[in-house]
Amino acid sequence: MKPRTLTVRTSLNRLVMLISAAVSGLFLFVLAWVLYEVAVRGAAALNWSFFTKLPVPPGITGGGLANAIIGTLMITILATLIGVPIGILAGVYLAEFGQEGRFANILRFTCNVLMGTPSIIIGLFVYTILVVPFHRFSGYAGAVALAILMLPVVTKTTEDILKLVPNTLRESALALAAPRWKVTLGIVFRAGKSGLLTGILLAIARISGETAPLLFTALNSSYWPGWLKQPTANLTVTIFNYAMSPYADWQQKAWGASLLITISVLFVTIFARLALKGAKK
Amino acid sequence: MFLYPFGHRAISRLKTFFSIRREPGLSPNAALYLLVWDSVSKKQPAQPGTVVRGDMLFRWLTAICAAIVILVVAGIALQLGVHSELSLKRFGLGFLTSRAWNPVIGEFGAASSIYGTLITTVIAMLLAGPAALVIALFLVELAPPAISRIVGIGIELLAAIPSIIYGMWGLFVFAPFMADHVQPSLAKIAPNLPLFSGPPMGIGILSAGIILAIMVLPFVCAITREVFMMVPDVVKEAAYGMGATTWEATRKVTMRYGLHGIIGAMFLGLGRAVGETMAVTFVIGNSHSISASLFSPGNTIASTLANEFTEASEPLYLSALIELGLVLVLMSLVVQTIAHLWLGSIRRKIGGGL
Repeated sequence: MKPRTLTVRTSLNRLVMLISAAVSGLFLFVLAWVLYEVAVRGAAALNWSFFTKLPVPPGITGGGLANAIIGTLMITILATLIGVPIGILAGVYLAEFGQEGRFANILRFTCNVLMGTPSIIIGLFVYTILVVPFHRFSGYAGAVALAILMLPVVTKTTEDILKLVPNTLRESALALAAPRWKVTLGIVFRAGKSGLLTGILLAIARISGETAPLLFTALNSSYWPGWLKQPTANLTVTIFNYAMSPYADWQQKAWGASLLITISVLFVTIFARLALKGAKK
Repeated sequence: MFLYPFGHRAISRLKTFFSIRREPGLSPNAALYLLVWDSVSKKQPAQPGTVVRGDMLFRWLTAICAAIVILVVAGIALQLGVHSELSLKRFGLGFLTSRAWNPVIGEFGAASSIYGTLITTVIAMLLAGPAALVIALFLVELAPPAISRIVGIGIELLAAIPSIIYGMWGLFVFAPFMADHVQPSLAKIAPNLPLFSGPPMGIGILSAGIILAIMVLPFVCAITREVFMMVPDVVKEAAYGMGATTWEATRKVTMRYGLHGIIGAMFLGLGRAVGETMAVTFVIGNSHSISASLFSPGNTIASTLANEFTEASEPLYLSALIELGLVLVLMSLVVQTIAHLWLGSIRRKIGGGL
């Protein structure tokens, strides 16, 4: 093989550096492009009636997506209340009691599988167990679908954080005759507080932007959300329906809803990563 | 000075403490020792096997929550299997290769959906794989630390944007851009190839593939970055010591070490791309057809489910859609298992945690 000259090697090196910088810049440009378009088009749609009025038929001015905003909040909060405790306790089992046992290994594998299943399949599953038997779409089903989506993320995060807490802390608490549940819930959790909070906030940010699980569980509605027993309005499915419609004012409302969702998801994500990073011990 | 009081027992301990304290001539420390001895001596000596009742409950509670996770996954498999029975019995294995999709007469086939899923995923991996490699290289080797952090945060933000936002952007911004600028140029480059033939509509398999690449990139990039950081510095410095340029050291050392992990990362990205729903549904055009042109509309399994599920009126239609879901789950499971096994063998090879 003919040896390359120094100039060839250095220019090849410089070329590769340029290409890698260019590709990184390209993807950052795409990020900026997406955020810019969402901001500009969405801001044009946001006004006072957007936040306070119910949806109106296309062609009539005014109207808003107030019910969808409230519906998304309700469904997300309910999903968090269902998914986070179960996920945390499962993570506690993995970190404290199960460790290397067979059941724990099966659980870890199952968590990975569940994390990798497409969200629309989870929506399908909840449809078959919570919509078909009751012959009714409901906000509950949507919340359960989102909770199932959250479950493996919260479990893995809890396990990772709890494993980082040193054993000496547990042993000293046990030596003071504290029962095991107090050791875990009172002391170990307190030690891993910021990490757990970060993980939970990231999971909430993720599910608040999800559409596919809600498509055939909570469906959508034009009315105020009630007790979640009926189809519940939510922002993401509204975006889907309005964007696919041929009406310009509906499409504009879809952009407004997109801006709301993007702002809240990005805000929670950045807050979770930055604000709680300093609080870690 | 005080130990943290454990609930109602604290009050009795407080009383014991103060009653001890009233003894003249006892220093506070001695009183403290007596307090601790007092509380410990009142308990039964621990025999092997005795467990506090609250602890048993707690263990069972955590085990039940762990079981819930497993039950959910088993339930998904079970329900998908049960509800697709009707379609399975009607179409059998021919479902996978049939190109028909006619709800009116009840003829369903998964071929166009499977084809669309595979093609968009292939396009996404072809674009995102090398791009993630190059970007990870930039972040780990070539960029100064400050720039590396900023760019890293930017790439992570790409992952945080919800899928439906990519769909909106894709449908209203990217598709017109493709239709006006990119697709005519592509058609001019290769006029005789069927790959870029057909009207440049903007929406179609190519646009869906590109948007999928943008969505999958952050995940592949993150894992590739970790793989690159696992390469021992000693070997890299040995290469630099021999006079290698940065690119040469990277190619000969880092990529050799990391090839295994990079392929695993791509499999994980593949698994994500297969199941991506909303962004693809917006831009792929939703047509049950198989065409050689990348400009043509198509559909993926996920987009078919998203579009047609709420309109499926007959049981056979519904069952066919659920069978599509089953196919998707199996595809995703296969990809995930391969990725898991592949990345697992890396752990044994390099010895680090991934």
